[in-house]
Amino acid sequence: MNLACYNYNIKEFEYMRVYFDNAASTQTAKSVVDIMKKTMEEDYANPSAKHIMGIEAENYYKDAAQTVAETMKVNPKEIVFTSGGTESNNMALIGAAQAYKRSGKHIITSSIEHASVYEPLAYLKEEGFEISVLKTDGLGHIDLEELKDCIRKDTILVSIMLVNNEVGAVEPADEISGIIKKANPKIIFHADAIQAYGKYKIYPKKKGIDLLSASGHKLHGPKGVGFLYVNENIRLKPIVFGGGQQRGLRSGTINTPGIAAMGEAARSAYTDFDSKIKKITDIKDYIIDNIKDLEGVKVNSQKGLLSAPHVLSITVQGIKSEVLLHAFEAKNIYFSSGSACSSNHPRVSKTLKAIGLSDEEAFSTIRLSFSEYNTVSEADYFLRNFNELIPLLKKFK
Amino acid sequence: MKYTSFLIKYGEIGVKGKNRYKFEDALMKQIRIALKPLSCDFRVSRELGRIYVDADDDCYDDEDVIDALCRVFGIVAVCPVVRIESKDFENLKKAVIEYFDRAYPDKAVSFKVDTKRADKSYEKTSEQLNALLGEAILETFCETRVDVHKPDVLIKVEIRNHINIYSLSLPGPGGMPVGTNGKAMLLLSGGIDSPVAGYMIAKRGVKIEAVYFHAPPYTSERAKIKVIELARTMARYTGVINLNIINFTDIQLYIYEKCPHDELTIIMRRYMMKIAQQIAKTNGDLALITGESVGQVASQTVHSLAVTDNVCEMPVFRPLIGFDKQEIITVAQKIGTFETSIEPYEDCCTIFVAKHPVTKPQLEKILESEKKLSEKIDDLIKSAVDTKERILCSAK
Repeated sequence: MNLACYNYNIKEFEYMRVYFDNAASTQTAKSVVDIMKKTMEEDYANPSAKHIMGIEAENYYKDAAQTVAETMKVNPKEIVFTSGGTESNNMALIGAAQAYKRSGKHIITSSIEHASVYEPLAYLKEEGFEISVLKTDGLGHIDLEELKDCIRKDTILVSIMLVNNEVGAVEPADEISGIIKKANPKIIFHADAIQAYGKYKIYPKKKGIDLLSASGHKLHGPKGVGFLYVNENIRLKPIVFGGGQQRGLRSGTINTPGIAAMGEAARSAYTDFDSKIKKITDIKDYIIDNIKDLEGVKVNSQKGLLSAPHVLSITVQGIKSEVLLHAFEAKNIYFSSGSACSSNHPRVSKTLKAIGLSDEEAFSTIRLSFSEYNTVSEADYFLRNFNELIPLLKKFK
Repeated sequence: MKYTSFLIKYGEIGVKGKNRYKFEDALMKQIRIALKPLSCDFRVSRELGRIYVDADDDCYDDEDVIDALCRVFGIVAVCPVVRIESKDFENLKKAVIEYFDRAYPDKAVSFKVDTKRADKSYEKTSEQLNALLGEAILETFCETRVDVHKPDVLIKVEIRNHINIYSLSLPGPGGMPVGTNGKAMLLLSGGIDSPVAGYMIAKRGVKIEAVYFHAPPYTSERAKIKVIELARTMARYTGVINLNIINFTDIQLYIYEKCPHDELTIIMRRYMMKIAQQIAKTNGDLALITGESVGQVASQTVHSLAVTDNVCEMPVFRPLIGFDKQEIITVAQKIGTFETSIEPYEDCCTIFVAKHPVTKPQLEKILESEKKLSEKIDDLIKSAVDTKERILCSAK
């Protein structure tokens, strides 16, 4: 290898830009930007105002609630818009725990949840709730038998994510809710669907999901908006207090631009749905099929729809994921090391540990995540660089 | 009430004999530069061994002025002054009370009024003024008391063409004005030490330039942004810093490939010094500055420092050489670089580090190892220097 001619220079931008970090955030769709712009430049009144301008602004909110509700075949009144996935998860967990604590103080969750689930649960633990954490197998699936055994008389809430953000494992929501409701129909099932909404058709009423969190910027919406589906039979204690907007569940001036954008993003995601998902899945499968069988390279996600269509976790033993990230960045290819939201803290990802990776493997794991805007030729470009860079980087460890 | 004038005290410059005016000029220049971002008209003038900063209009916040002045090297103290044009006694009394009220929020202090009357035609004598103004303060703030021998607070009133009232003396950074002592090249890493080293040398009047060794993909773009942040924070004291960014990856990998791994760090540092020196010579810098402190890490033992020093043909300033880590941190916190320095991005000294690097390297052995690099190293250095990126980091 001639080192001198291999110059890592961040400014080599002569190649295409390949954004494979869509599970962290996505490019905002043009139609989404358009509707946001309109709500800011033209229909900017407070949606709670009594005048006609207020009513016009309120229509965006109503339309968005309607659109989102339709994608899940639920009632628009069951949608609460929030500031994003984190708030949705906080509202669901803290709101339900506070509302039902008289029936019991036991909550069940899994070991591969996002921080916005396990941190509120850690808070509830301090408040006197008892939290049981379910283990997962090497693919990230929870053990249903363990779930059965875990349910107690005082269990009030089960929170399991639908799609894991780091490896793309898909949890069996139907079976989970079957088990829960058979044991005690009063137990609430919360599903963190932040990586699932827009990638799967999710019908909470059919699946027995009582609370479901989603986020706008994972499906070409903007950051700062999300929603929580709250089944009409569930009452939550609010966690934000104020002017009583959104039926008192989520006070604060209705975020017209964000909510209109969320509605548009949802509408767009579920239009031509099957062909979009096929496109994303094809990219993932293409990489899995064509990644060179290099020593120490291990794919942690499954092909097709066995795991999430858009998430591909790869361990490259012997190379720190951060070094991989920067080496590909120089080639204008972008993805995450570990879990994007906490990658500033050099701690081992809980999820990667849970699926049985060693510390060293976890620090050498990258996550590619795709969207409908990606193409197979981008995947090719990634593969070409991967097959070239890995042996080179392995030399220096 | 607003401070309208600032009396600048400078220590060391005062003893510079015939060169004194040069230092005063440099200090006045630095004061003007420091006040420029406030975009307001200030007059900087020299009068009887004092430098005054006078505000000509009203568009400034006097706290900002004090803040800016207290970062100018060469200033020992800043006295905020209230200047009144009208010499009417009632007006003077009112101003003295307002000054006292603002300057001393805690009124339980002893004080003395010290009047100097340059304008002898003034209707009252200094003694009368001392008594009358002291009485006024006592009556207004009943917690205060007078102490003519050892007062906590000495209120100075100067009767000239106008009247100055001052008492507070806020400490400046000391040292000498930047630009009075040549130019030097700082090896800036992103850690805690090097910004402090740069600060300390700049404080002695040296203009600072910096070099940073970037090693993508092993160090991230964020590490580079962090170094730029540090340079900009330092620039609040040192003035604009010309930051040279060297892509060091190929050199580092080449050393890694050819030399024993326990010597990697020491050899790497020798090449960093060489490159820094080369740029320094081109730019007219007369010395190098590093943040090294004896024994802090393997590459900073006396043996290692001697081996590193061996490649240097110009003086290397190591102002932290005898400092403990905590002492360095204290200065870093004071100048505001600490928070940025502890951001967790790796710099190129922490990658490929051997588990047990040599702590007592022998020069002969290192020179022997470096011979293995002879084939390409000169080309790699040339290309690294030729492709350097230059960023002018101004105060933020």
